[in-house]
Amino acid sequence: MSYIFAIDCERCKGCGLCVNFCPKNVLEISDELNKKGYYPAFQARPGDCIYCGSCYMMCPDVAISITSGNIKRKLKK
Amino acid sequence: MGKTFTRPVALSEKDTHYCPGCTHGIVHRLVAEVIDELGIRGKTIGVAPVGCAVLAYNYFSFDFMEAAHGRAPAVATGIKRVRPDLMVFTYQGDGDLASIGTAEIIHAANRGEKITTIFINNAVYGMTGGQMAPTTMPGQKTTTTPFGRDVEQTGMPMKMAELLSALMTPAYITRQTVISPKYVIKAKKAIKKAFEYQCEGRCFSLVEVISTCPTNWGMTPVEALSWAETTLLPYYPLGEFKTPDSQGGNDAA
Ligand SMILES: Cc1ncc(C[n+]2csc(CCOP(=O)(O)OP(=O)(O)O)c2C)c(N)n1
Ligand code: SF4
Ligand code: SF4
Ligand code: SF4
Repeated sequence: MSYIFAIDCERCKGCGLCVNFCPKNVLEISDELNKKGYYPAFQARPGDCIYCGSCYMMCPDVAISITSGNIKRKLKK
Repeated sequence: MGKTFTRPVALSEKDTHYCPGCTHGIVHRLVAEVIDELGIRGKTIGVAPVGCAVLAYNYFSFDFMEAAHGRAPAVATGIKRVRPDLMVFTYQGDGDLASIGTAEIIHAANRGEKITTIFINNAVYGMTGGQMAPTTMPGQKTTTTPFGRDVEQTGMPMKMAELLSALMTPAYITRQTVISPKYVIKAKKAIKKAFEYQCEGRCFSLVEVISTCPTNWGMTPVEALSWAETTLLPYYPLGEFKTPDSQGGNDAA
């Protein structure tokens, strides 16, 4: 099964909880503002993501989704 | 693994007004996930409090009623008695439930109303700007206790889960938290159990959730989670205090 990870950057409030709880240090806070004036989180190292859902679990704004997808993600070398 | 994570249907599409990193949002999601899993969205009515969650009715995709400050359990009692076939829950803060609404929650629990209460304990009045709540910790600085809470004047923080468990009427009473993914999973199980007891018409159920208010605590969201762990959790132990199968008063936590 392959997964599609997404952060709705307009919903994100840049609280950093997902960044803090990611066991693989995948996430970072962007230095570009979203429309609400927050610095949203993004996957800086998507290849390291194990789709564990810890970030989804802690996101108070339900800005993160992990869905199953048919598109096979390229394996890390 | 093998699991996907998507926005529950019982949450509306609206963005919340909560401050960044406020755990109200996590608990909203858990309630919505439980309602989805139990398939009760079409027959659930929430009762919103006065407090930061006053606009909760905007964030769920099922019916809601707004109650006056602290009166949510009384309003929920009315709804449930008229329509016992519906699932009725209140969502209340500690200012709402443990201060102005103390009488309502104690008597609703003691009457054994078949409702569910989600009780957010963030040790402060959030909405009004960070005043002391009955749950504020000794020495904790708030706008009304600028030198820290003085227990000589205001007594000790109220442990609502324990206090309600002392009642003899059967109930499900538990305290949980959402300060890390591990606890979030446990809190969701407890919320589900609380709703299941209501579905079975068994008893009153209450889930206290140790939460954060980064804004009024003057901390970053991550700092607030660790403050909750180091300061609140030692005083507010987690666990099940009472189940409908236990006799009378406090069950072992
Ligand atoms: C009858 C009445 N008294 C006082 C208030 C002012 N008031 C609004 S919210 C609130 C306390 C909210 O704190 P809490 O229940 O802890 O919720 P939080 O905002 O922390 O989520 C108070 C005292 C009010 N709205 N109505
Ligand atoms: S799914 Fe897990 S590994 Fe991937 S970004 Fe989220 S927390 Fe990190
Ligand atoms: S937890 Fe949610 S709101 Fe907070 S930074 Fe991460 S994606 Fe954004
Ligand atoms: S004031 Fe506190 S409880 Fe209210 S939304 Fe902000 S962080 Fe949450």
